[in-house]
Amino acid sequence: MSSLLSVQGLTTTFPIAGARVPVLREVSFQVEAGRCLALVGESGSGKSMTALSVLRLVPRPGRVEAGTVSLAGRDLMGLSVPEMRRVRGREVAMIFQEPMTSLNPVVSVGAQVVEAILLHEKVSAEAARARTVELFRRVGIPDPGARFQAFPHQLSGGLKQRVVIAMALALRPTVLLADEPTTALDVTVQAQILELLRELQAESKTAILLITHDFGVVNQLADEIAVMYAGRIVETGTRQDVLRAPSHPYTQGLLRALPGRAQTGERLQEIPGRMPQPADVPSGCPFAPRCPEALAACSDWEPRFSVLGTRRVACLRRPESPVGPTGGTA
Amino acid sequence: MLAYIVRRFAYALLVVWGVLLFLFVLFFAVTTPDDIARRSVGDKALPRVIEQWKHAHGYDRPLWPSVDAPTDNLLVDHFRRMLTFDLGKSDADNVPIARRIREGAAPSLLLTLPMFALGLLSSIGVSLFVALFRESYIDRAWVFLSVLLMSIPMLLYIIFGQFLLSVVLRWFPLSGFDDDPAVVTRFLALPVLIAVLSSLGSSVRFYRTVFVEEIHKDYVRTARAKGAGELRILRFHVLRNALIPILTDVVMTIPFLFTGSLLLEAAFGIPGLGSLVVDAINANDFSTLRAMVFLGSLLFIVGQVLTDISYTIVDPRIRLS
Amino acid sequence: MMGYGLLASGSSFLDGAAFGNGVVLAVFGLAAWAGYYARGNEIWRQALGEVFRRRRLSVFVLGLYVALALADSISWVGGSDRADGVLAHEAQSLVDRWFSGTTEKSYSAPLASAEFYDKTPLTRPRAHVLGTNILGQDVLYMTVKGARVALLIGGLTSLIAIPLALLFGMAAGYFGGRIDDVVFFVMSTLASMPGILLLIALIMVLGQSTFSVCVALGVTSWVNFCRLARGETMKLRELDYVAAARALGVSHAAILWRHILPNLMHLVVISFVLLFSSLVLAEATLAWLGIGVNGSWGQMIAQAKDELSRDPIVWWNVTAAGVAVFVLLLAVNRIGDALRDVLDPRTLGEGK
Repeated sequence: MSSLLSVQGLTTTFPIAGARVPVLREVSFQVEAGRCLALVGESGSGKSMTALSVLRLVPRPGRVEAGTVSLAGRDLMGLSVPEMRRVRGREVAMIFQEPMTSLNPVVSVGAQVVEAILLHEKVSAEAARARTVELFRRVGIPDPGARFQAFPHQLSGGLKQRVVIAMALALRPTVLLADEPTTALDVTVQAQILELLRELQAESKTAILLITHDFGVVNQLADEIAVMYAGRIVETGTRQDVLRAPSHPYTQGLLRALPGRAQTGERLQEIPGRMPQPADVPSGCPFAPRCPEALAACSDWEPRFSVLGTRRVACLRRPESPVGPTGGTA
Repeated sequence: MLAYIVRRFAYALLVVWGVLLFLFVLFFAVTTPDDIARRSVGDKALPRVIEQWKHAHGYDRPLWPSVDAPTDNLLVDHFRRMLTFDLGKSDADNVPIARRIREGAAPSLLLTLPMFALGLLSSIGVSLFVALFRESYIDRAWVFLSVLLMSIPMLLYIIFGQFLLSVVLRWFPLSGFDDDPAVVTRFLALPVLIAVLSSLGSSVRFYRTVFVEEIHKDYVRTARAKGAGELRILRFHVLRNALIPILTDVVMTIPFLFTGSLLLEAAFGIPGLGSLVVDAINANDFSTLRAMVFLGSLLFIVGQVLTDISYTIVDPRIRLS
Repeated sequence: MMGYGLLASGSSFLDGAAFGNGVVLAVFGLAAWAGYYARGNEIWRQALGEVFRRRRLSVFVLGLYVALALADSISWVGGSDRADGVLAHEAQSLVDRWFSGTTEKSYSAPLASAEFYDKTPLTRPRAHVLGTNILGQDVLYMTVKGARVALLIGGLTSLIAIPLALLFGMAAGYFGGRIDDVVFFVMSTLASMPGILLLIALIMVLGQSTFSVCVALGVTSWVNFCRLARGETMKLRELDYVAAARALGVSHAAILWRHILPNLMHLVVISFVLLFSSLVLAEATLAWLGIGVNGSWGQMIAQAKDELSRDPIVWWNVTAAGVAVFVLLLAVNRIGDALRDVLDPRTLGEGK
């Protein structure tokens, strides 16, 4: 099955203290239609920046230096600005973490969804309004007709996020980028929103790139997982494979540190040290300074993926099969 | 919301009362009617002359209320008259102050209304433009220019403007005023131009900051992700949010439309309310000064109340809470 | 009448030798204390160092003005005739002594050898770099003396207005209740009177000495900062660590001194700089209206009303004063901008 969204070698830099520092290094992954890839990592690992880079929304003064983003065969990086604007919202949509601030506070929620529709389709205002109300109903907003005129501050966090989802899916995009969509919500609401996303995905076969740091969320929605560390992808694979038998030492450390895994009375196992800031990432394998299996050679090793069936790992000590055409650089 | 408006008005009345009290203390206690009289008739005048002057100008009653004269004193008189807009006569030449104010209002408005409109349009226009190009050379150059423009005292603008544009280039008349509609723009053009230019620096700095802050907010990022272009974002999203603090700033300046600009009117010989104050200074005319400060304060208070109310109307977060 | 008397004696005090010398001592003392304090405080040292790095030229210029003002403040009795014609038994400053004996009869152009209008030779040909004014005083001398006046108007007034505003604002914001009601009412009343009108009224009533102008300027300008301080204090009061301190039994005074005040200092610094600017500008306006401070640049500029309409025009007086005030304000505004950027609480505190 050829992938819907294929990202290869994405590198994004920011100027820090005069130099161009990469915050994303050679990021590559694929998302299939109707499936969900969870991009997992700590704060600062580059997860959000990956999504922003895909949509070419990297805030100034940062920029995407290299890489291709293939959407059904078309490279988004090569598009002109007006062409890219047509892609945003219509073919690739993005939802953000904080529903509180993601919506314009002085415009009604209905009008904001209508704006999304009218930006890409030539329909009448009434038609757009009707579609919006229907979308509200579909995402589970009670009394959708009345809620059209509501202002963001009048809605709860969960309702606001439903509005955001409605807005994102209004034009039936083929790819949805979801940046920590449930992090700011209560746990019970979280489950509802994830359930909603699952339903919508099943309905329209949307490919979802789910960005999160929460393994609980991963478990509920993801089909595949990609683990990020210091701007690089260090491991990819199916959800079961990665969660049950993590290969990369970092992934192993992450899962070991989860409270659910520990035995009662045991000390929680943490990974010593901290993830480096983009400007302080060491050469070679970025995880080497903290890795329990590190060798001296790791600091000189340019990370490359080893392939094991459907899994890829970027670790010197996991050379299960040589680098091949499906591997590529990490 | 009605309760809020009522409360706001009530507090405004309280402040008016406070202003009147302050003015009374300042103009009657700190400097007594005797002092005022002496400034008019001379320091060495005989007590009899001073009493005569005080009687002629209505200052010959006790200052504070006392047991046997609870209402026949200057304090009660001051309050009663100011609140009924019985502004009395000028200390200098006995002309009724109210008449002078009526005569001076029109010229002042003719100066300040164009100043206000042009100033607002140009500030918002320039700051929108600069916000669009934020972080670029245009933006940095403008920020520096703003600070530069802000560092020049209004005096220098007037002197330099008059010198360059009137004396050297002879584009405008130096001063004077004629309310014949055919020629009035000629006399007003230079002062309006100078006024707009001198306030451009600080206005643009403030508006630009507001715009740029809004542009960095999350909802703008959402709009971009929807596929909206920069122009639409500015027009539809940023402007609506930014106009709220800008509106506050703008409504506050409306009262000044009436009081006129003292410097400009004095420098350009425009017979408005500003000139009235300047004349009062030169003639030691305390009663006119008192009336003008009261009037100015009243308008200011009205402006503040209007601002607060407009805020509740314009911002849905406040309106619907 | 008592007010008048106090203000009258206040004026000669502000222009006298004891005051000037006292100010110099105070400035050095303050600088020493600030240096000692900043050395111990990492955040402030970094912040101020950053401002200095970005605005080296402006800081240097400001320092020059301060030096000139201090030079004009150090004075003692004794010496020859002063440059502006005052006799030897009055105190003369360093600046006075440097320029003593340079008075001509009337106007002369910069570096001229003869009087401007009647062409008689000058006592000091080619010595007046910026010419002389209507009283024959060297314009460079008057400009240099103006620095002291400007710093007095801007600096001294701010130094008095801001601490007072801080005191009232903190009290109102922290204690709330009756104290807040009173302070808020006073603030509202004063703030309701248009600044320039109130200023004029105060000066008309209090007199036109340097001291009364400073008092008037102070009264009209403390409200803004007081409002700011009150608002910030109210926000700080709600913070968790203040509640924790109260729960531990820490006294109000200690909380104010140790928790609230340090978090207001960045506002103090920025407001001080901005206030300085607006005060100097305000005084210039007053000078035009004829009620400014004697010897200020505003007064020199106001003389241009007459000078620029002569034929040929006398341009050096207003140009010298105009450039002097412009450069000072530009430097102060630039420093203020940099301060505002560097001291932004988002960069000072744990920003996101």
